[in-house]
Amino acid sequence: MRVPYSWLREYCDPGMAPEQLADRLVMTGTEVERVTVAGPPQPDNFVVGKVLAAEQHPDADRLRVCTVDDGDGERTIVCGAPNVAAGQTVAVALPGARMPGGEKLRKAKLRGVASEGMILAADELEVGEDHDGILVLDEALAAGTPLAEVLPLAEPVLEIEVTPNRVDCFGVHGVAREVHAITGAPLGPDPWALEVPAEGEGTADDYASVAVEVPELCPRFTARVFTEVEIGPSPLWLQARLAAAGQRPINNVVDITNYVMLLTAQPLHAFDLDKVPSGALTVRAAAAGEKMTTLDGVERELDAETVLVCDENGPTGIAGVMGGQVSEVSATTTRVLLEVANWNGTNILRTSRLLGLRSEASSRFEKQLHPDLCLRAQEIASQLLLELCGAKLVAGTIDVAAASWAAPRQLVLRAARVKGLLGMTISQAEQTTYLERLGFGVEADGEDLKVTVPPDRHYDVTREVDLIEEVARVHGIDEHLPTTLPAVAGRVGGLSREQRLRRRAEDGLRDLGFDQVVGWSFTDPGEPGRLRIPADDPRANPVLLANPLSEEQSAMRTTVLGSLLDVAARNVARGADRLALFEAASVYLNHPPTGRNRDVEARNRPVGALAGNFQGERAAPFTEPHRYAALALGPLIPRSWRGGGEPADFFALKGVLESLARQLGAELEFAPGEQPFLHPGRSAAVSIEGAPIGWIGEIHPLVCREWDLDAAVGFEIDAAPLLGAASAGIETYEDVTTFPAVYQDLAVVIPDEVAASDVRAAVLAAGGELLRSAEVFDLYAGEQVGEGRVSLALGLEFRAPDRTLTDAEVNELREAIKQSLEKIGGTLRE
Amino acid sequence: MLERIEEIRAEAGAAIEAATSSAELEELRVRHLGRKAELTTILRGIAELPAEERGKVGGAANGARKELEALLEASAARLDASELDAKLLADRVDVTLPGAPPRPVGHAHLIARTTRQIEDVMIGLGYTVAEGPEIEHDYYNFTALNHPEGHPARMLQDTFYVQSQPEVLLRTHTSPMQIRAMETQPPPIFVIVPGKVYRRDSDATHSPMFHQIEGLAIAEGITLADLQGTLLALCRAIFGDEREVRLRPHFFPFTEPSVEVDVSCFQCGGSGELAGGERCNLCKGQGWIEILGAGMVDPNVLGFVAEHGYDAERVQGFAFGLGVERVAMLRHGVPDLRRFFDNDVRMLEQFS
Ligand SMILES: [Zn+2]
Repeated sequence: MRVPYSWLREYCDPGMAPEQLADRLVMTGTEVERVTVAGPPQPDNFVVGKVLAAEQHPDADRLRVCTVDDGDGERTIVCGAPNVAAGQTVAVALPGARMPGGEKLRKAKLRGVASEGMILAADELEVGEDHDGILVLDEALAAGTPLAEVLPLAEPVLEIEVTPNRVDCFGVHGVAREVHAITGAPLGPDPWALEVPAEGEGTADDYASVAVEVPELCPRFTARVFTEVEIGPSPLWLQARLAAAGQRPINNVVDITNYVMLLTAQPLHAFDLDKVPSGALTVRAAAAGEKMTTLDGVERELDAETVLVCDENGPTGIAGVMGGQVSEVSATTTRVLLEVANWNGTNILRTSRLLGLRSEASSRFEKQLHPDLCLRAQEIASQLLLELCGAKLVAGTIDVAAASWAAPRQLVLRAARVKGLLGMTISQAEQTTYLERLGFGVEADGEDLKVTVPPDRHYDVTREVDLIEEVARVHGIDEHLPTTLPAVAGRVGGLSREQRLRRRAEDGLRDLGFDQVVGWSFTDPGEPGRLRIPADDPRANPVLLANPLSEEQSAMRTTVLGSLLDVAARNVARGADRLALFEAASVYLNHPPTGRNRDVEARNRPVGALAGNFQGERAAPFTEPHRYAALALGPLIPRSWRGGGEPADFFALKGVLESLARQLGAELEFAPGEQPFLHPGRSAAVSIEGAPIGWIGEIHPLVCREWDLDAAVGFEIDAAPLLGAASAGIETYEDVTTFPAVYQDLAVVIPDEVAASDVRAAVLAAGGELLRSAEVFDLYAGEQVGEGRVSLALGLEFRAPDRTLTDAEVNELREAIKQSLEKIGGTLRE
Repeated sequence: MLERIEEIRAEAGAAIEAATSSAELEELRVRHLGRKAELTTILRGIAELPAEERGKVGGAANGARKELEALLEASAARLDASELDAKLLADRVDVTLPGAPPRPVGHAHLIARTTRQIEDVMIGLGYTVAEGPEIEHDYYNFTALNHPEGHPARMLQDTFYVQSQPEVLLRTHTSPMQIRAMETQPPPIFVIVPGKVYRRDSDATHSPMFHQIEGLAIAEGITLADLQGTLLALCRAIFGDEREVRLRPHFFPFTEPSVEVDVSCFQCGGSGELAGGERCNLCKGQGWIEILGAGMVDPNVLGFVAEHGYDAERVQGFAFGLGVERVAMLRHGVPDLRRFFDNDVRMLEQFS
């Protein structure tokens, strides 16, 4: 909303610079985006001039050489306007004047003739639209009169961003009331308090009729009739105001409707009554698929909830949004039907969204105006039509109202509540002053106030708390609000255990050399395909957005891997030769949170404040597992002069993942497992207590190729089961010092198709409780063990909690281990 | 015989003391004390000597042998030390070569780091942390937050909707968790909600995905002044002890009164001018930087959770929403929001 300062001051003059007022408005809740200037930035060097002579330019058909009296003397000005003529009183910019946009006017030679200034057209001053000819002023004005005394030059304009609750501030008068409230400067009389004489013939009913078929969507429809209307350009002051407010002047009737809307926030619409057959208007819902051409020349298809204003031949306008071309006011119009209606805001919002059509009118109607505003607008517009168009008002207002609308709202404002909510005291007298300035009716009731809400604020101020906001902001929050902290006993802040573990996991991955990235939650629907995920895999069926910004961001990711590959590809394209990336974030699976995932959450996440678990009543629409995913390209440890620099492979990443699990106190299981996007021989399924939680492996070469990468290795695992199995922070003490452990190594030759994990499991099973650990530390394949066999070396630790183990006990266990290994085809190397 | 023993002792002694390597020393040991050495032969032949000579010769020969053995030991120690020195010197390295690279340390993303900093400040103020779904019901994102169907306030945030379910959307703020949290826990409640949020908007200052931290405090007697104090504590912890905050009235559908909160500029100290007199670029000469939106939780919002113990006549409180990227941009001078999601490692590695 652009508010020209001179217009505002007509109703309330705060007696301060516009910038100062802007600061006050900002601090009381009216967002002033900036203060700009309409027209030339400064009024200097703009004067009234008299054209003494206008001769044809010797060398240019379209130029005239004028002699102009500027009050100080005569000067020569070359002018291109066709209508310039001797005897005219004109607006002159002298050399040195700053034109709109800031450019400085200089003396110039035009086709060999020196020109000392410029005779101005309306648009050159930004006081109107007209560029066809120069501005001709009232001849009574003396040459040399500063132009700023005649026209608004350098008009400060407050650009206000009106919040959706304050539809009243979509009118200059509403802003003036706000200025009155916050500064105390007097507010002039209501501009609609007028007595407009009705001198037209007959009454409005003789000329026109209105039927409303959808009263719930059109609470009020008023119309007045004007005869003997003379269409023409608006006077300069009106054009200047509209121009400064950002509206294009069109003709006097249309300009008046815009002017009144900008003043009161209530939109109006003028019909050429002679183009409305029988003067009969009907307000009805559109038929689904019905079409009409709006004022902007576009044919639009409507639906059954769209409300139309129709004449006997069909639609003339989309109610509250835009008029039609059929009955537009034109140069030949002599009789005007002035519509001022009230529409259902929700419906207008819906329609304007549906049609993608937002107008000055719809943006006001959609915020719900009060029906009382209709007659205010009629009154002001009537006065202006009489004044500026020579029109005659026909007696009577056609006024079709759905029913009597709500009576003015009555609220109680409790003093205790004001203090209790704000934490500051505002006296009853102050509260009364602020509310009365804002237009509320106020009556004291003991310490409290009985408040009547004015129609402008009817839909905005509906509760006591809304009044508290009004008095607080006018009183001055910035100036008066104390600074305190909540005095609530017995609360304890902190992270839940799971949240602490999450931090631990992220720190762990970082300490293992991985850079954290934040990838897009969106991806393109083609990503699962590039990951070679088959179409029947749930991951190839992501949650799709109905209104994405682009195809590339139209699906919710089902893997973190895709995001990591994107990040890797971008970095490699920029020259990175080694990358170690991780992301700790969610993926979005296209099913509700049911089944195992939910059970895991229920088991591991107690409800309540310190558990960090606030599920609420309704389950989330989709499953959003939190994940840890990592991707490495090139060496984890950079190459140096001592060598190294081997690219990270399966085991490099497995070491990282195992280390992560160890930091959390969880044990992972790895088994051969395939994923469509992984190297089939170098990938594993990761599980905890037998339940799968993710994958690890070298990325399939065809997938790497899709992302223009040579090779990469990664993993992606669900956080919840990992953190659920973690013992970090809740470990129990175990005595490992009182009785010494026995350490032994063991080498077993085994067919190479037996997995190392099976060998280890066989050893651990046979060793029983006394075998505390068994870890593979060497692998040998070659002549000594024969074709198809490998030798694995394991380090064993035997320990009893309550005694020192004897050789006999250990030998017995070793024998059991030997037999156990033989069952899986292994022989001990002694 | 005695003269010969003395000769051997003197000659061998001199040779041992003059030896320059342990190999030479070994050779001398074999030559003078070995099985075939003269002195050994003498000692071995003592029994065959006449009785009166045995004592003298035996004493002299044994004395010579002991002396030579002692000399050999001393020389060996001397030679070992100097030989080790020589060997170590030969084992010299070029100390100016670079050190062996350790496994590099990774870097926390600035978003994650900033989130954690803010969380820690709020935890210190007595808050717990709640997280929730990013794909959310319209009910939690709008309806229960006092954005009725068809209300223009819904237009404030351009929303992504899910294709398969018209009532499901990508949350436009972390505020839906206000409702989930209150449904889960009766008052008093003090929670913060960090997380991703989504709006259908993309340019240098708007990203379709960004991060917020929501704060919610509901109990008896919590006031707007308490909100100011809490935000002052938060802003000082993040931006420095000298900071001030100011609350400007504003409009949000789910708070009443609503405020926008500015923090005094930490580049110019709130004056709007830099030392040289030019306009501060950070606050654009205003001295204040808009940092978050907040307000007293609207009674209508509490109405949606009334059955969970939130009676708007009895309890009240505040909520605020802070943009994590905005805080990170201000604190670290990041010029463009999109840099956070570009994940260029050269940028990531600037922040330890
Ligand atoms: Zn500054």
